[in-house]
Amino acid sequence: MNLELFLLAAAALFGVGLFGALTQQSVVMLMMGLELMLGGVILAAAAVWHYIAPAATDGQVLVVLAVTVMAVEMAIGFAVVTALFRAREVDMTDEAGDLRA
Amino acid sequence: MPENTVFWVLAALAVGGGVMVFRFDSMARATYALLLSLLCVGGMVILLGLDYLGVVIVLMMTIEMAIMAVFMVMYMMNPAGLMPMSMQHNKKGAAVVCTGVFLLMASGIVLAPWPPRAGTADDDPTKALGESLMGPQMLTMMTLGFALFATIVATVLLATHRGRYDRLGDDLRARRADDPVPGGVGR
Repeated sequence: MNLELFLLAAAALFGVGLFGALTQQSVVMLMMGLELMLGGVILAAAAVWHYIAPAATDGQVLVVLAVTVMAVEMAIGFAVVTALFRAREVDMTDEAGDLRA
Repeated sequence: MPENTVFWVLAALAVGGGVMVFRFDSMARATYALLLSLLCVGGMVILLGLDYLGVVIVLMMTIEMAIMAVFMVMYMMNPAGLMPMSMQHNKKGAAVVCTGVFLLMASGIVLAPWPPRAGTADDDPTKALGESLMGPQMLTMMTLGFALFATIVATVLLATHRGRYDRLGDDLRARRADDPVPGGVGR
């Protein structure tokens, strides 16, 4: 095990998540892609903490930040889906495009 | 040596689970594939010596995916996946972009001159994290706290069925709010 292997795994997770975020039509599935991307960020931050700067806590704080972002993203995302479904009875990104002013 | 094996198993399951999220037709299976992937991320974080944060990730993702499964069944048109269907657009373009991004990151990871390890980890990294969040990183912690509070308020406002026009009339001039359940300050 070394830093590069962990970062490559994190990059693979980020890439797979990006594919989901770019391709999925359902807002809920799109959020799953975002969660995978944030999972990659968490793994990379933890690996950088362990292999580069274990004496400092900055890497750990970044993990805490990413975990919080995951929770906020999911909560706000589901609230938006609920509001969208109440207004239009849809949960698809394509049908939400015309909500812009 | 056993750590190497654990790493490869967790990494393969994390990436494989992530890929399967977007290949399953059943929404429940997609949710559990994402759960598997994120649990493996938690496992790898524990492998790196961050026991507390790894366990937090495992617990949080388990609950988060349970909630996500409920939302998927509620809103998705084909939650059981009984009829194969595609809910993707521009797959080829996205695959090219994602492969390009991965190769760019991978080349940076392999070619970058990473600095040597500076210092050694604290005997108790969790204690060091707590002291950091309550000391030098207090601003980060306060920002996260306010962000979480704002999220609670925003989610309730977004998801609630009744708005201010339902409560106070179209001109917002009703003397008393028309609430289905009485309550609140002064009542």
